[in-house]
Amino acid sequence: MHCLKYGLTVHNVRKVRTVLIDGRVVEVGADALDAAGYDLLALMIGSEGLLGVATEITVKLTPKPLTAQCAMAAFDDLGKAGAAVGGIIAAGIIPGGMEIMDKAATRAVEDFVHAGYNVDAEAILLVESDGTPEEVAEEMARIKAVLDFAGAVEVRISVNEAERLLFWAGRKAAFPAVGRISPDYYCIDGTIPRRALPEVLRSIQAMTAQFGLRCANVFHAGDGNLHPLILFDANVPGELERTEAFAARILELCIAVGGTITGEHGVGIEKINQMCLQFSAAELTRFLGIKAAFDPLSLLNPGKGVPTLRRCAEFGRMHVHSGHEKFPELPRF
Amino acid sequence: MSADTLIPEWQERVRAAQVTGVPLRIRGGGTKDFYGERLEGEVFDVSAHAGIVDYDPTELVITARGGTRLAEIEATMTEAGQMLAFEPPQFGDAATLGGCVATGLSGPRRPYAGAVRDFVLGVRVIDGKGDNLRFGGKVMKNVAGFDVSRLMTGALGTLGVLLEVSLKCLPLPKAETTIVFEMPAPEAVRKINEWAGQPLPLSASAWHEERLYVRLSGAEAAVGAARDKLGGEEMAGADGGNWWRSLREQRMAFYATASQLWRLSVKPTAPFTDLGTFQMIEWGGALRWLNVASVLETATVREWAQDSGGHATLFRSASRHAGVFQPLQPALLDIHRRLKATFDPAGILNRGRMYPEF
Repeated sequence: MHCLKYGLTVHNVRKVRTVLIDGRVVEVGADALDAAGYDLLALMIGSEGLLGVATEITVKLTPKPLTAQCAMAAFDDLGKAGAAVGGIIAAGIIPGGMEIMDKAATRAVEDFVHAGYNVDAEAILLVESDGTPEEVAEEMARIKAVLDFAGAVEVRISVNEAERLLFWAGRKAAFPAVGRISPDYYCIDGTIPRRALPEVLRSIQAMTAQFGLRCANVFHAGDGNLHPLILFDANVPGELERTEAFAARILELCIAVGGTITGEHGVGIEKINQMCLQFSAAELTRFLGIKAAFDPLSLLNPGKGVPTLRRCAEFGRMHVHSGHEKFPELPRF
Repeated sequence: MSADTLIPEWQERVRAAQVTGVPLRIRGGGTKDFYGERLEGEVFDVSAHAGIVDYDPTELVITARGGTRLAEIEATMTEAGQMLAFEPPQFGDAATLGGCVATGLSGPRRPYAGAVRDFVLGVRVIDGKGDNLRFGGKVMKNVAGFDVSRLMTGALGTLGVLLEVSLKCLPLPKAETTIVFEMPAPEAVRKINEWAGQPLPLSASAWHEERLYVRLSGAEAAVGAARDKLGGEEMAGADGGNWWRSLREQRMAFYATASQLWRLSVKPTAPFTDLGTFQMIEWGGALRWLNVASVLETATVREWAQDSGGHATLFRSASRHAGVFQPLQPALLDIHRRLKATFDPAGILNRGRMYPEF
């Protein structure tokens, strides 16, 4: 939740001791801020075990901020909440955290943790400022001004640490809260350019009707990372399949607006078909080449992360878009 | 010529080179020709593919073509109240974004804000097979596929021609000031590391000629409070900004007078060691520059850097025969060779610019 300001995993790992598939042990990265040669460390981060076995990891530590304060704003329109996020960035503020929940998510969590969220709001926006007391006071005043200007119907600023944690408790409990109101839920992890948020959320709304499934949205608003949670019941025949189809459509939408199929959860096996949509055959071939550069016999986590072109061809056959068959050069079986 | 015709033409050129085996030496503004191992092959001027493609300050992302001048990008961002937080050195007005990303060089803010690679979100490249490829994107978080955008950063053009790069932007700090302390080097290294462990708005640090320079950036109140806490002597008006600019661009006499300039990237806490020559310490202790008037034993420098958790680069030198970059251990060199073969099987892009082996 804090990565807009403090960076992702790739920004906070210095060095990884790795056992390669041939048994040799290497240090990727360094105790220094950079290492000689190619940035293999960046390749290792998020590589889903495809390149080597990490046995020791050196991470960067960040001094704990002296203090933090959280603003909770309610909006009668999701678009306005999205615009408020843009407004905060435009004011030159990089908050320690910035999260949006839609009405469905808000209601589910309010029932669960009683954080005092406005359950009639179409969107709840949480914005955290952290740093020295002077810094936080100055920044919070500016955040409040932006939220008011953006048309928030209610803005509350945490008055103490207990209240700040309460504001966050709801957002942090979003997944279990949704788990309470539905037998199953399916979490999606697309990232989009932030300006596409209203359009994407409208489309998701339309899809709920089309697929006959409910969807609650939580959103790392600062960095455009969406977590739509599709509510379903695996005991109802066909619902899981409908859910998966719904999820696939959302990921395709993320790609269409210039985003990605996974912001932080990874590809694994689940999203491997969507890799065929996000990347061309030539790009996937380079990924397979990188895999082979580390693990020529493909013995580490085979079948994860990067699809083979054959898999893409088979997926393409199942799922032809606008009449364009993907990878027509490949033989079909 | 428009990008629509330029890119296919360049792809053709790369494919042709693949057939003839004549290497291509990728060049933007030519401001970093001094950096790296040998320059080999036909000059492939990529400065024509220039211009900012997309910049929406509220998205915190800028996308520009490889040939775009860094000066243009920085001016555009300054106007919008934002910056390239890694403060890339330009080493000349003609410096391009492509060269900045290919060399992967970052400036004074690096230890506190991040390096070029930390801000690269996506790239479009022509690789050594002549394919037009896109990796990463224009979004902050993206873990689909291997992180090829960052692999390309600092690869010195050996893996692809950078056509387009998307970078994360950050707001300019509201306030900034520089404080100076009279201090010997060993104490400066200790102090700056001690401060780095505290929640202080540090944005640059350097030790030079018995003085420690510390820059503070952020909210007015935070900068003021930190200045009062740390003490030291505050630089007046624009002097601080000019000093850091001059450091970043290596315009100081320290850099100009070296017959060999070594860049030692080490663990920030590595104790100061007198290596028998002038030193400039940057990046909270993580970067030690050696100004070598005559010739220093290469092995000594490399060994000290390695023992200090890092590596040494012969940054500027009339003679590069001793090798520019720290040699790679065999297992890593094998991986490098295979990565090179994946993106450039014929070995035509900037051959030998990084390591003689590829």
